[in-house]
Amino acid sequence: MAFISRSSPHAYTAGTTGTVMLTVLLATLPGIVVLTFYFGLGTIFNLLTALLFCLGFEALALQARKKPITFYLKDCSAAVTAVLLALALPPYSPWWLMATGCFFAIVVAKQLYGGLGFNPFNPAMVGYIVLLISFPLEMSQWAAPASINDNQSLPSLLESLRQVFAVQAFDGYTAATPLDILKQNTSLELSELYASTPAFSQGRWAGAAWEWVNLSFLLGGVFLLYKKVFTWHAPVAMLTTLALCATIFYDGGSSSSTGSPLFHLFSGATMLGAFFIVTDPVSSAVSNRGRLIYGALIGILVFVIRVWGNYPDAIAFAVLLMNFAAPFIDYYTKPTTYGHGANK
Amino acid sequence: MRPVFSIHGGVHPPENKAQSTAEPIAVIPLAKHFILPLNQHIGAAAQAIVTLGQKVLKGEVLAEAQGLVSAPVHAPTSGEIIAIEERPVPHPSGLSALSIVLQADGKDQWTELSPIEDYHAHAPQHLLEIVRNAGIAGMGGAGFPTAVKLNPRSDQHVSTLILNGTECEPYITADDVLMRERAEEIVAGAELLAYLLKQPKDILIGVEDNKPQAIEALQKAAQNSSVEIVSFPTKYPSGGEKQLIEILTGKQVPSGAIPATIGIVVQNVGTVLAAWRAVRYGEPLLSRITTIVGDSLAKQRNIDVPLGTPIEHILKEHGWQQERCARIVIGGPMMGFAIDHADVPVIKTTNCVLVPSTEEMPAQPPAQACIRCGMCAEACPASLLPQQLLWYSQSENHEQLRSHNLFDCIECGACSYVCPSNIPLVQYYRASKGEIRKQDQEKEKSDRSRLRFESRKTRIEKAEAEKEAKRLARKKAAEEAKKIQAEKAKLKQSDSGESNIVSAAIAAASEKAVDPEKEKAKLERAFSSAESRVSRAKEQLQKAQDEGADDSRIESLKARLKQAEQKLNEAQNKLAEFANRAPATSERVLQKLAASPQEKVEKAIASVEKRLASAEEKLAEARENNSPTLAALEQGVAKLKEKLEQNRSELAQVKAESGTSTPSQTATQTEDLTLNAAQQAIEKAKAKAAAQANLSAEEKQAQQLESLLSRLEKAKQRLQKAEAENNENVDAFRMGVDKLQAKLDQAQAAQKENSEVGS
Ligand code: SF4
Ligand code: SF4
Repeated sequence: MAFISRSSPHAYTAGTTGTVMLTVLLATLPGIVVLTFYFGLGTIFNLLTALLFCLGFEALALQARKKPITFYLKDCSAAVTAVLLALALPPYSPWWLMATGCFFAIVVAKQLYGGLGFNPFNPAMVGYIVLLISFPLEMSQWAAPASINDNQSLPSLLESLRQVFAVQAFDGYTAATPLDILKQNTSLELSELYASTPAFSQGRWAGAAWEWVNLSFLLGGVFLLYKKVFTWHAPVAMLTTLALCATIFYDGGSSSSTGSPLFHLFSGATMLGAFFIVTDPVSSAVSNRGRLIYGALIGILVFVIRVWGNYPDAIAFAVLLMNFAAPFIDYYTKPTTYGHGANK
Repeated sequence: MRPVFSIHGGVHPPENKAQSTAEPIAVIPLAKHFILPLNQHIGAAAQAIVTLGQKVLKGEVLAEAQGLVSAPVHAPTSGEIIAIEERPVPHPSGLSALSIVLQADGKDQWTELSPIEDYHAHAPQHLLEIVRNAGIAGMGGAGFPTAVKLNPRSDQHVSTLILNGTECEPYITADDVLMRERAEEIVAGAELLAYLLKQPKDILIGVEDNKPQAIEALQKAAQNSSVEIVSFPTKYPSGGEKQLIEILTGKQVPSGAIPATIGIVVQNVGTVLAAWRAVRYGEPLLSRITTIVGDSLAKQRNIDVPLGTPIEHILKEHGWQQERCARIVIGGPMMGFAIDHADVPVIKTTNCVLVPSTEEMPAQPPAQACIRCGMCAEACPASLLPQQLLWYSQSENHEQLRSHNLFDCIECGACSYVCPSNIPLVQYYRASKGEIRKQDQEKEKSDRSRLRFESRKTRIEKAEAEKEAKRLARKKAAEEAKKIQAEKAKLKQSDSGESNIVSAAIAAASEKAVDPEKEKAKLERAFSSAESRVSRAKEQLQKAQDEGADDSRIESLKARLKQAEQKLNEAQNKLAEFANRAPATSERVLQKLAASPQEKVEKAIASVEKRLASAEEKLAEARENNSPTLAALEQGVAKLKEKLEQNRSELAQVKAESGTSTPSQTATQTEDLTLNAAQQAIEKAKAKAAAQANLSAEEKQAQQLESLLSRLEKAKQRLQKAEAENNENVDAFRMGVDKLQAKLDQAQAAQKENSEVGS
């Protein structure tokens, strides 16, 4: 009679890392639906190609590193990276663009560092930045949301396939995003700009389509908070500082205004970043206090780069910069262990 | 209502407490054999005081406590001691430990007990002794001897006594049912402990709010007492001593300290009950309440079970289906440990035996990589960063583990419990703690041996310095003795001239100078005697070697031969020297005698001053280098100073004396002065030699012999003692004895010679 003499604890929660990741994937669903609604099938294509390449690269890398492939694929972390990259890239991204991004995300940023848990940088963001620097043109080709498209229609399935597999590039469907428009505006008062640009005039409070995209990601984020997949510290800190900066520099809407707080909160990848990227546990700070600082600094960086930087959106840069800083934040924000602090 | 505080972290695992609380506390038939490990507590193992085959009664002491932090072991029932041997014990290591095996006679016959009706009539110290002798040790799981905890240092005033009825571990209900059924006794015990602790301000019983029946029972029992029942929200691990303290008082026990440092004593309710029964009824700790639970049993409940009962026996009584059982856990699912076999006994700390079915507690899926999700940090009641601890445990970075306060981890398992990657975090921490402790021990050991080595070195150095000092002192003494002898010789010679001492002295001196023949003859005599000594030594050595004497004897003979040869050499040299030096010597003697006393003393002062200067220089040097001869040099300097002082006072005296006579006289009457000087020298020598003046050469020799003999005797004794003590100076002593022996032999030879000459 020999029993397993395992040491305590003998009980554990049912959840696994795989279920955590699946929950995250589930939480992106509303965002995916809204994106598809406004931008067409491009998002779906992005997702498909990204999943294909990410999982493929992950499997290859695992094989090269002589690790059990299915065991590691089941943690679903590669799938999460794929989905985040797919959502961050412009819809209808050509396959080679996606392949390059996935390669850098999975092979370089993750597996070369030792796989899940050892990557100091968020893989999806590394892939995104590499593409943004290498292929600025392709990376700024955001499809126009259906509602403000001149032909009032989205690319068909065939057109989409052509675009993705780069037989023929289309430009008729792209349009500047609200962030681009605001950045390029130098002459108009905000109210005039809002009235004259369909990207704003058709939106309710932050810009057509984007406000809904952001709202849907916020919804997913709240769901994850409720599921206790992460703590509120980093996202709330980031959104707070971003809104705070926007309020300080709003100046009532002159031609040099940097945009309203609402505009910043519901534009670009703000919510996707706040709830799906800033919360990436692996590359962020570990303690709650650390995460507050980490998130807050990302919020400030996002605003700074958006307003004074050369790139329209800034989530990826801000996150990567703070990935660098995370170990230092950890060092200075160790929680006070029981019995080491002053008595209450 | 008293406010309660919240603690960081914590988890809510399924409670699983209903299974075992449906029935009241039960008793099972006595087992046939009882296994009683000698160490069921934290601290030194008890020492068995029974012998094989001895018949014992229930409650009799089987093993006595060893030292303060220890607890005795008693017979849980009457019977016979059938073995005192290594038996498997309930311990995570799965090791065996020395145990007393008792074969029950089934009569369960009590030994005589001495109950106490009113403990207030007794001094706390006396009652503490009763608790100590009852073998009570923390029954919540830790097993710390209770009497020690109830006896805080005199500078630690206990202001809060906390009874721990939290029982936050899933499955375990032993304390729960105890509080339901024996609330009065627990409250009485609380009051007893308060008495022992000199009435702390607060007496609290902390119970989680998932035990409403227990709370109700306690409240009823505590109505007319100062004991307060405090309930608080259920959360694991609220029952940890430190956590409970924070919940009830808001205070944290400083890291590495015990609760008494902040004026708090915590005792498990079961322990309190045991202490109460020990005082009130005189009952030692013989049994405890243990939860028997798990789906592989037909019956799940709490039992009052005698200590030493084999778990096998208990499980059998509860319809255990072994094939359905996933593992046997002693304690709860969070902090308990699994054992391989059910042949271990229930001991003082066994609060639960958990035998889950495989469906109930399936094997955990394999561990995945840490995704740094931070859930563990959220759950950690000690506010640690378990993921960082894991990282540093894997990389064996002990520095970082310490700075991340690994040793404040209470091993509650909350982190492992929540970890989505199923990482056995606690296992890593235990391993790391063990490694660090081992390293510390090794370091301490090497530190200690280094210290030992260093102190030994300094001791040897010191011994050498002392030897050196003694050597110097001896040398000096020998020199002085030589001087005295020389003076004596002079005195003797001058003594031989009866009528005019001075002229005799001069005559002697000049005789020495004038008559080198005599001197030569003397030296020649010495030479020939040395020669004969050498040949005798050779003979002796030869003989010893032929006879096959032991090595040490041969060695000493060899040493003696060498010495004799050296002496012979010396004599030869002296003889050779004499030829050249003889005239000069006589002249110097004359000069010396001619010098005025003042001049002479002044000269002496000058020379002493010179010697002192050089000695002081040497001393300074020695001090700088911390040389071992420092002490000797210091002594030397002190002596020189003394001498200088003496000389100076002599000079003053001489000056005063010469002041009375006219200077011209001093200047002109050289002969007189010579006389004076000689007289003084002679007087001094005379006084010094007075004791020996009348002794004949033979007598003197005899005396010397005697003193040598006694010295040898003493040295031998010392050597013996040193050998017995294994003293490291044995060799030095042995050498000393040999030397003395050689000297004695020499002296004896000289005496023989003399007597031969005389006859
Ligand atoms: S809970 Fe597990 S996976 Fe999450 S940070 Fe802690 S150790 Fe890592
Ligand atoms: S086992 Fe240690 S590290 Fe883990 S939760 Fe408990 S105290 Fe914290």
